[in-house]
Amino acid sequence: MTIAVNGTIVSLPDDPRVSLLDLLREHLHLPGTKKGCNQGACGACTVLADGERILSCLALAVQYEGRAITTVEGLATDEGLHPLQAAFIEHDGFQCGYCTPGQICSAIGMADELRRGVPSHVTRDLAAPVIALTHDELRERMSGNLCRCGAHNGIVEAIAETFAELVP
Amino acid sequence: MSPFRYARAADVSDAVRQAQAAGSRFLGGGTNLVDLMRETVERPTALVDVTGMPADIGESADGGLVIGAAARNTAVAEHPLIRTRYPMLSRAIVAGASAQIRNMATVGGNLLQRTRCAYFYDNGGSRCNKRQPGEGCDAIDGFNRYHAILGASPSCVAVHPSDMCVALAALDAAVNVESVHGARSLPFAELHRLPGDLPQIDTCLEPGELITALVLPPLPIARHSTYRKVRDRSSYAFALISVAAALDVQDGIITDVRLALGGVAHKPWRAHEAEALIRGKPPEPAVFLAAADAELSAAQPLPGNRFKIELARRTIAAVLSELAGEQA
Ligand SMILES: Cc1cc2nc3c(=O)[nH]c(=O)nc-3n(C[C@H](O)[C@H](O)[C@H](O)COP(=O)(O)OP(=O)(O)OC[C@H]3O[C@@H](n4cnc5c(N)ncnc54)[C@H](O)[C@@H]3O)c2cc1C
Ligand code: SF4
Ligand code: FES
Ligand code: FES
Repeated sequence: MTIAVNGTIVSLPDDPRVSLLDLLREHLHLPGTKKGCNQGACGACTVLADGERILSCLALAVQYEGRAITTVEGLATDEGLHPLQAAFIEHDGFQCGYCTPGQICSAIGMADELRRGVPSHVTRDLAAPVIALTHDELRERMSGNLCRCGAHNGIVEAIAETFAELVP
Repeated sequence: MSPFRYARAADVSDAVRQAQAAGSRFLGGGTNLVDLMRETVERPTALVDVTGMPADIGESADGGLVIGAAARNTAVAEHPLIRTRYPMLSRAIVAGASAQIRNMATVGGNLLQRTRCAYFYDNGGSRCNKRQPGEGCDAIDGFNRYHAILGASPSCVAVHPSDMCVALAALDAAVNVESVHGARSLPFAELHRLPGDLPQIDTCLEPGELITALVLPPLPIARHSTYRKVRDRSSYAFALISVAAALDVQDGIITDVRLALGGVAHKPWRAHEAEALIRGKPPEPAVFLAAADAELSAAQPLPGNRFKIELARRTIAAVLSELAGEQA
């Protein structure tokens, strides 16, 4: 039983009680993904599973057997930071930084959902094939990621700049 | 978390066979069950992962839709036929939880998610008849802002937390289930139950019964439908009150209506009484308010949630007026 984490195949733990979050942090020593609430309420533990954003605290690692997980540690390449990481620095998209890895993974998943046309709570026309990343759409789609420092202005600016092709 | 065995079911018959083992439970996305296991509210000894079951969404012979129980909440909300033919269902789903949770959650798990009553979660700290039958209910004299105003009992005043289910109640959906004893289909209205003297039992499913699919009937009125959720913050919060409604107006007269309420009862609440008062009338606020009053006349609020009656009344009228306005 294996799982791919940032491109590396690793064994799953024998104990099925291990959450995906604890596998990443405690077993694989990838502490980028954060444990905020451990109950699905804050988004700090957001990672990508085959490109889709999920909460690693509510996932048992065994449920993701055979899947490809990307954490914040897996975003940068030899060429440098992921553009969204660079934009977070540029726009002061954080203060303490605790929510940041979750915000960044979440926004990357969000951009894919938008390209696919997934509607949100604030989408007016459900039949529209293309949905633009307006300010309201961005805020609603990122509402699963809390920031206690209130770095939202920078977070919103960094995301809007990085995914400018989706912004009207 | 107590120890448990974990196995993936290859298909439906494998799942129901595995579920015969004592202490076993089906596992969807895990967003509710894993949380409750961590709080030791749930202590299964075996988990049967059913996310490999059919997750397809397709048209049925009669023009309705069949949704595999393993379909993720996002997949249902984004499906073109659901967005155009049953918009209230798309809207209900995207009003719930967060995008991350909707990507994980399955249809089967959403239907069977358990109440969010804080005392139910507080194992070891509070009394709860749903968690420990006969122990008492700390919500009745406690913090009950989020609790039921309709259909509650002296043993439990919890509400069903799902948004998706409110739309399904309005849409007259059916639920296909299967166990080692065979398959059956039940009307959505008969899936969840009121608490009565057995608040520990949420549904009318038999032990070991697996939800395999949801069936939506062909329902032209559902094209003119929506969902509105009123909550303490504008996103990522459970409902205080929610309304799923569909309306058909011809020549200034309401020919048909569907109305269901969330956040009011132990099950999604289909407002049959209000529907009967609305059919055949002109689409006017006074008609909608009178119908809402009739439906809510049986309400028995708790000290912390008296406001829900007026909130439900106004939300019902606002949603129906909005739908009427679109057809004017
Ligand atoms: C922070 C947070 C906020 C949330 N906010 C909302 C909200 O606003 N609105 C809302 O509607 N929901 C909300 N939810 C709840 C969420 O929708 C549910 O947790 C989710 O739908 C459950 O689906 P799942 O597949 O993860 O279920 P699981 O957790 O895997 O299972 C839930 C239950 O269903 C049973 N089960 C699963 N599949 C089947 C099947 N096929 N047949 C029979 N039994 C089955 C399991 O045994 C278990 O008892 C929220 C959750 C969290 C954590
Ligand atoms: S309302 Fe129901 S779930 Fe909540 S404490 Fe009372 S018995 Fe338990
Ligand atoms: S740690 Fe997972 S949502 Fe808070
Ligand atoms: S930067 Fe501190 S929580 Fe967001």
